[in-house]
Parts: sequence; structure tokens; C-alpha cells
Amino acid sequence: MSAVPQVFADTAVIAKRNVIKIRRVPEVLMFVLVTPIMFVVLFGYVFGNAIQIAGSSYREFLIAGVFAQTVMFGATFTGVGIAEDMEKGIINRFRSLPMSSSAVLAGRTASDVIYNVLSIIVMACTGLLVGWRIRGSLWDALLAFGLLLLFAYSISWVMAYIALIIPSVEVINNASFMVIFPLTFVANTFVPVEDLPEPLQTFAEWNPVSTVTQAARELFGNIPPGTPNPRPGRCSTQSSTR
Amino acid sequence: MQAAIEATGLTKRFGEVTALDGLDLEVPEGTVLGLLGPNGAGKTTAVSILTTLLQPDEGTARVAGIDVIAEPREVRRRIGLSGQYAAVDEVLSGFENLEMIGRLYHLGKERSRARARELLDRFELTEAADRSTKGYSGGMRRRLDLAGALVAEPPVLFLDEPTTGLDPHSRLELWSIIRELVSGGTTVLLTTQYLEEADQLADEILVIDHGRAIAQGTADELKVQVGGERIEATLADVAQLDAARELLAPLAVGDIDADDGSRRIVVPITGGAPVLTDALRRLDAGGVALVDVGLRRPTLDEVFLTLTGHRAEEPSADDAAGASEGLRSEVA
Ligand SMILES: Nc1ncnc2c1ncn2[C@@H]1O[C@H](COP(=O)(O)OP(=O)(O)OP(=O)(O)O)[C@@H](O)[C@H]1O
Ligand SMILES: [Mg+2]
Repeated sequence: MSAVPQVFADTAVIAKRNVIKIRRVPEVLMFVLVTPIMFVVLFGYVFGNAIQIAGSSYREFLIAGVFAQTVMFGATFTGVGIAEDMEKGIINRFRSLPMSSSAVLAGRTASDVIYNVLSIIVMACTGLLVGWRIRGSLWDALLAFGLLLLFAYSISWVMAYIALIIPSVEVINNASFMVIFPLTFVANTFVPVEDLPEPLQTFAEWNPVSTVTQAARELFGNIPPGTPNPRPGRCSTQSSTR
Repeated sequence: MQAAIEATGLTKRFGEVTALDGLDLEVPEGTVLGLLGPNGAGKTTAVSILTTLLQPDEGTARVAGIDVIAEPREVRRRIGLSGQYAAVDEVLSGFENLEMIGRLYHLGKERSRARARELLDRFELTEAADRSTKGYSGGMRRRLDLAGALVAEPPVLFLDEPTTGLDPHSRLELWSIIRELVSGGTTVLLTTQYLEEADQLADEILVIDHGRAIAQGTADELKVQVGGERIEATLADVAQLDAARELLAPLAVGDIDADDGSRRIVVPITGGAPVLTDALRRLDAGGVALVDVGLRRPTLDEVFLTLTGHRAEEPSADDAAGASEGLRSEVA
């Protein structure tokens, strides 16, 4: 067998193993499905009523942010899963086999996309229930979902890398929250960047979460008329998607 | 005969700790090497290097003729490893675990499945085959992990404490599987804490401590190396134990071991039967009544304790036996 198909074959074997896990450990699946509902409803109603954006529905503005935040949390499963495998010696078992070593990580990150696909479906349905609407074309909306998944996939790799350096489920759990909370909150996910104080505003403008959120928002057609236009040249995705 | 496993000058440090300190070893094809050593001796570290999981700081190693550092992937094709702690996937069933390993050895779907079924039978896990391994007992996990090492019928096997946690039946069963594999030409390196296991299975035993080889040979050679025989006598009256100890002290070449509970006294000697006769004469003259007496070779346990216990005084492995005898006779 030549080297390239072998990587794919090995990746498929590892991914299949993780998919079996999704089916057999329903607790994780529950978490994956319930958390997004909770986020949409909590943020939608708690902040949705408190924050006013002139001439627009804040709830609609916020949904794309909740999407981005939730898929990022979903990506932490990758780190936890790999740390768990390291702790149990499974990674060492794999490493003693003549398999492609990148397949261990590729299989894991690939199967974790499933979690995020599920949570996006759940969030979209919940969002529609609480008043969120796709105002652009269906094609653009699909593009937005694809972009969110791609973003989560790349964060999965970051989490996988962290897990290889710190192979402890507990530490990974805490560390990923420490990374993900600032990344998702100091961004345009829940408030317009312009409303943040200066140092945070700079951080938020450079934050990739802002870029992804803004792109999704625009693709969904959820830009409230009252929102100031992003400054040209700062976030390239914002201008290029339109 | 060609060496299936050979290592020279393996050195591995973990910060301050030197886990391996210039270890050499050679295992001819189709034989079993027993790596023996107390906790922390460096057994697992040696196995990890030979199975490409760790890179040595110094030294070289070849497995099945292939350099472990230069071509780890080629080495992995030819080895099976069962680590010290069973690494089974708890979410998968026993069958799925083995099938997955077969697929990752690239045996193909059909062959992986057939092999999984075969091994589950062989390790008496057929009934539990389709249950999640989460519900397996410790011994069942261990057996599944061992089965995993055999999936690809590798020519070289590494088993790190393979029988730890197995019941006597499973242990005997594993021994017979290992013997069968070896008679078919497989080379095995196994680490163990059980001297009986090394005695039973290994063609050659390498005793290591603090990452260095301190003795090597067959079980018999090691016994000879430690030196002499043991007089083992059971007394009729426990009160005479001290008297017996004093009477036999001039004959002993090492520490005399006396046990109140079993009324037994063990005296290390050299010189064989004539010394035993002398001992009996002395005991008789001293009025010590015996229930049972015999001359025997040292057990591997005694060898092990002597070797590892004397290392601090006698760092040189080769003359450890001779020198320790001299040292002990001075004490006596
Ligand atoms: N990853 C590691 N990090 C730091 N120290 C280590 C590491 N692995 C092993 N050591 C140290 O190296 C030494 C040898 O360890 P090793 O696991 O090889 O011993 P062992 O002979 O297998 O012992 P045991 O019989 O307890 O399994 C020990 O002192 C251990 O603490
Ligand atoms: Mg060990």
C-alpha cells in the first residue's frame, strides 16, 4: 500500500473508533446537545432583553456569536479525548503499531467534527425557535455553517497539540476554559467591538473569533442596520465576504 | 545464530534520574530473554526504547536487524508489544479492540477479524468478546492486551511484566502460549518480577539494577555465579535454633537464615556433600535433633537478593559472586 492512501485508511480506522464512542457514551452526546440549547436560550433571553442595539434585534445579532462560541467549546473535546488516550496508554499502543502516526490525530479531529455538526444543527433549530432568522440566501447560510465547522476543526488541532504537551484530562479541561473564555468573550460575539474599552477592543479586532463570527453574521444576513461598519483593513474576511 | 534484538550502550536520563546507564543486550533469534530487576531498575525504559516509544540519549539498538532510531516504522511492522499496564480501549469490545489493532497493522478487514476471533479463543475471552471492555476484570484486560501484541504474528515480541495480575491458571496458559510461539521461531524479550517465571521461560536471564546489567546467564549459571549450595535443616525443637546457628556458623559463607515459625535454618555453604556431613556431625555433637535436612542449590530468589543487595558494596558485576563470598567469610 502506498503511503498516502494508508494515512487515510488509518485515519478512517481511528475515526471509526471515536464514532463508536460517540454512540456508546451518551453522557457526552447529551452534553454536546444540551449545552448549545442552553447557550442560545440563556444568552438570547438574559442578554437579549438587556442589551439594545438601535434598530435591530440583539438576539439575532447574538446567535452567530453563540454559534462560534459553542463550536469552540466543542473543539475542546479533541484535547480531552487525546489526553484521555495518553493517560490510558492507548496512544503508546498506537505508537508501537506500524500505522501512520498522523492518523491518530487526524482520526480524532475528523470524528470530533461530528460533535460540532450535531451541536450546530441543534443550535440552528433552537435559534429559529427563539426568533433568529436566516436573512440571506440558503447557500450563504450553508457557507456560514461550513466556515464555523472549519474554524472548529482548526481549533481541534490546537487542542490536540496542547493535549500532547500536557497529557492530563483535568489540566486540559481547565486550561481550555482559560483559553476559550477570553477568546470568545473578548470578541464581537456578544457585543459590538466598538463598545469595548480600548485595549480589549484591539484584542477583539484581532481575535479570529471576531472574524469568524462577523463572517457568519454577514452570511446569515444578521447585520443590524445600527451596527457601525467594521473599520476597513482590520478584518479582511468582513470585507471579502461581501 | 543471528541476534533478533541487540542493543549497545543504551543510556536514558530523565532529568536527574539515570534510568538506563549503558545497557548492552543481545537476544538470539527464537529465544527468550528474561529481563529481571527490582522496581525502578529500568526494565520498562529498556522495552520502550527497543519498541521505538522512547529515544535513547546514547547507544544503538537493532530489532529484527533494523535500527530502531533510524527506521522506527519498519521496526514496528515486526514487533508486538504488551506494555506494563494494559492499554485496552474501554469503549470498544474485546473483538473491536483486536480488530482495530489488526487494521492498524494493515492486515486487511477479513484477516483482522479472523485473527481477532482466533486470539479471543486462545485467551479464553470468547464469551466476553462482544462486551465492552469496561466490564472486564483486571486479568481479562491483561489477556486482551497480550492478545493485541500477537495480532500480526510478529517475529519479535516484547512483554513487560506479562503475568502481573493474572491468576495461576491464566499464567500457566500464557506460559504455554509463549513456549509455543518460541518453538515456532518467535523471539521474546520479557520483563518480570517473578523469578520462577524467568526460570521457567527464559533461555537467558539478564539481571539489571540502576539501569546497568549486574549479572547474565541461564538460571543455572546465575545460581552457580552466586555460589555454592544451601543446607536447609528443620529442627525438632525451636529452642535449639540459636545453638544450631552457632554450631554451623564456621561453615557458612554468608548470612545464616533462621526462622522460628518453621523451625528451619538455611546455611549458605560451598563444598557440597562433605560440608553437609561435617554439619551433621557438628549438630549431632551439639545435641541438636533434626526432623529433616537437605542440600540444595540456591533459589533464584536468593540469587536475586544476593545480586541486587550486594550491588552497593560490589559495583563490579563479574566478580560479585566471588568477592561477596570472601567478604562474607570474613564476617563469619
Ligand atoms: N517518563 C519518566 N519521567 C521521569 N522519570 C522516569 C520516567 N520513566 C521512568 N523514569 C524513571 O526511570 C527509572 C526506571 O524506570 P522504569 O519504569 O524503566 O523501571 P522498571 O524497571 O520498569 O520498574 P518497575 O518494576 O517498577 O516497572 C525510575 O527511577 C523511574 O522513576
Ligand atoms: Mg516497569
